[in-house]
Amino acid sequence: MSAVISEHDEHHDEHHDHGPEKGLLRWVITTNHKDIGTLYLFFALAMFFVGGAMAMVIRAELFEPGMQFVQPQFFNSMTTMHALVMVFGAVMPGFVGLANWMIPMMIGAPDMALPRMNNMSFWVLVAGVLLLASTLFMEGGAPAGGWTLYPPLVLQTGNALPFAIFSVHLLGISSIMGAINIIATIFNMRAPGMTLMKMPLFVWTWLITAFLLIAVMPVFAGAVTMLLTDKFFGTSFFDAAGGGDPVLYQHIFWFFGHPEVYIMILPTFGVASTIIPVFARKPLFGYSSMVYATAAIAFLSFIVWAHHMFTVGMPVAGELYFMYATMLIAIPTGVKVFNWTATMWKGAMTFETPMLFSIAFVVLFTIGGFTGLMMSIAPSDFQYHDTYFIVAHFHYTLVPASVFILMAAGYYWLPKWTGHMYNEKIGQLHFWLSVISVNILFFPQHFLGLAGMPRRIPDYAVQFADWNMISSIGGFIFGASQLLFLYIVIDTIRGGTGEKVTDEVWEDAHKHGLEWTLPSPPPYHTFTTPPNVIPTEHV
Amino acid sequence: MSSSDTYYIPHKATWPVMATFGLATLLAGFANYLNGSSIGSPMMIIGFTIFIIMLAGWFTLQATESETGLYNKQVGISFRMGMMWFIFSEIMFFAVFFGTLWYTRNLSVPWLGGEGIGAATKELLWPNFEAHWPTNGPGHLLDGKPTEHGEFEKMSAWGLPFLNTLLLLSSGVTVTWAHHGLLEKNRAQLIKGLAATVALGFLFVIFQAIEYHEAYSEMGLTLGTGIYGSTFFMLTGFHGFHVCVGAIILSVVLFRTTKGHFSPENHFAFEAAAWYWHFVDVVWLGLFIFVYIL
Repeated sequence: MSAVISEHDEHHDEHHDHGPEKGLLRWVITTNHKDIGTLYLFFALAMFFVGGAMAMVIRAELFEPGMQFVQPQFFNSMTTMHALVMVFGAVMPGFVGLANWMIPMMIGAPDMALPRMNNMSFWVLVAGVLLLASTLFMEGGAPAGGWTLYPPLVLQTGNALPFAIFSVHLLGISSIMGAINIIATIFNMRAPGMTLMKMPLFVWTWLITAFLLIAVMPVFAGAVTMLLTDKFFGTSFFDAAGGGDPVLYQHIFWFFGHPEVYIMILPTFGVASTIIPVFARKPLFGYSSMVYATAAIAFLSFIVWAHHMFTVGMPVAGELYFMYATMLIAIPTGVKVFNWTATMWKGAMTFETPMLFSIAFVVLFTIGGFTGLMMSIAPSDFQYHDTYFIVAHFHYTLVPASVFILMAAGYYWLPKWTGHMYNEKIGQLHFWLSVISVNILFFPQHFLGLAGMPRRIPDYAVQFADWNMISSIGGFIFGASQLLFLYIVIDTIRGGTGEKVTDEVWEDAHKHGLEWTLPSPPPYHTFTTPPNVIPTEHV
Repeated sequence: MSSSDTYYIPHKATWPVMATFGLATLLAGFANYLNGSSIGSPMMIIGFTIFIIMLAGWFTLQATESETGLYNKQVGISFRMGMMWFIFSEIMFFAVFFGTLWYTRNLSVPWLGGEGIGAATKELLWPNFEAHWPTNGPGHLLDGKPTEHGEFEKMSAWGLPFLNTLLLLSSGVTVTWAHHGLLEKNRAQLIKGLAATVALGFLFVIFQAIEYHEAYSEMGLTLGTGIYGSTFFMLTGFHGFHVCVGAIILSVVLFRTTKGHFSPENHFAFEAAAWYWHFVDVVWLGLFIFVYIL
């Protein structure tokens, strides 16, 4: 991508000669992008296990028909909280953590553009998630109306309602501050010679994701604010008796919600586009088309929201418009899948753990994409709506896509972050257990959905028993396998295999990004003098 | 001024954690208050106090660093980008409520009256309801409660609201005049312009308070007056809150001006405040047209 001549990496002038604070306080008051990236990543990992534990409760209850372990109300709290924790606590912070660590190093910047705000956006995230978690212990239980918080159902929530709403506000503030920081960093902090079309694709996807975040998080904040006033201040935004409309909430929510799902997938695309070329030992195929496809997907995400609501009784013209607009998304997404495949074509491929996860992502994300295409067809969606088919669909686009790529990113950059090599054998074991169990977990849910099993129910007809049991078994194996990842992360930080990694870690990685020109682990401050980026051409 | 190799990176920030603590306490307190818990109000007061102290402390720090010349041109660009994208997020926040107004006026209220896909809805729910605007809905909501024939008055555009439009438009002129004073090193003009802007801003808020008082006491128009009351007070209320915030920001800038801060080259705080003020101004024009006139 670009070559670098710089002898200044370790240069410190007087002004920058600050090491990290001693003790735990370092992590509370830090403004360092690497520290904050680490905080985000550990927080995301912790929330991945919290949300995962909730998923285990769900799968345990669904292991057999009949009521087994939990009350229906608590079951619905679990589905709601699992979604909110995974979306806002695990996947989004995971990618923000990667952005914090990698974007300054990838564009040759000394730090993020607004370091104090960077610290605040992390701690506000923690506050938001704590507020959300506190609802589990409240009178009336945690929110149980689904993560979409649809009125009028969600207005029946007990004491948890205002806490959940303010938690959304805090999470929104955190995301907006993080996104503003990322945009300012990318536009203002690039090293000389790092033109926009020379940026690594991870940086590009995050630039576009950050724009989506700033555009839609305030929309979600507005929607939940109206829930709050409807409940406590007598307004009738979502109450037909006053001239409002509960469907209006769904429109506003999905105007946020659809870009939101791309907020979780675009950085995924960026990491995949970073890893695949390294292990295929070829430049990324179609760099500029990747950039344009990302922008096209982001644009389309704003004009397709009502495909989540085909069954609410929209005018037919609306159904048709949203159906065709949604199908358009398959085109830029297809460009991306084609490009990843073409990158691997005739490449000298090796299959280290990051590459295995990335290849699994390409295949399994495509399955999720195809089921999405099935559901974009409005008359078909009437059959699939609110069944396990949609559950299978979005879990394919989130678990073996976003989560797998977060794992891949962990394996790919851990040696750079820590200076130690992870245990490749356990890594591969983790991969194979994950990729097999994730399919046992989610593939049968397609069949359940097509056979008519509704989502968000704690009990079901006996005809669904077999596939549910198989799905649960897959879920338990998948959940347990992730402990291997936790082990590997801790083991690598503590020294890993003992093998000292080189600066570029992966063969010829320096051709693929500035971060591989830095020492492993990189010093506390990097690029205090901007590197001189010599442009080379994209092939 | 200087090149990027002396980029200023602040270290060891304590204000952001305090901001988080204040904000979370304030919101958790508000949630407790809404649930009827007695610890709600004290928590809100504590959280709000912490938040205000944080604001004062953090902005004093930034102002001091700026005046001692720690920020180079690149840092200034980062700040400006931050402010621009923050205002963009605010625009999206207001867009939700404008969108709500559009949707209810043009779609959901006509559907309740039987138009388009609403024929069955009308027959089954409220066969006597005729769609019109403004409306408090088929349940004739007053104060959030259904009534038999609850009537209310529509807010007229040409009294106080029109006066407020003139006030805000003039304040846009005075803040630009002040900016020219700053650029031309005419400090008297800068101070006069800012003072006039702040005065016009607070006058706007006072007039709006009078308008709200009339609505509540004489017109039967409250937050609970169906969808018209909901959209009217939500839109104008959030806007009024932003005018207050903008006027307070401008007051701080005015205070710093009297302390001799800002130069023609280095005055990010002034620019940010002026941008914010213009944004508040433009939102008002949207409100005046879509909420009051149409």
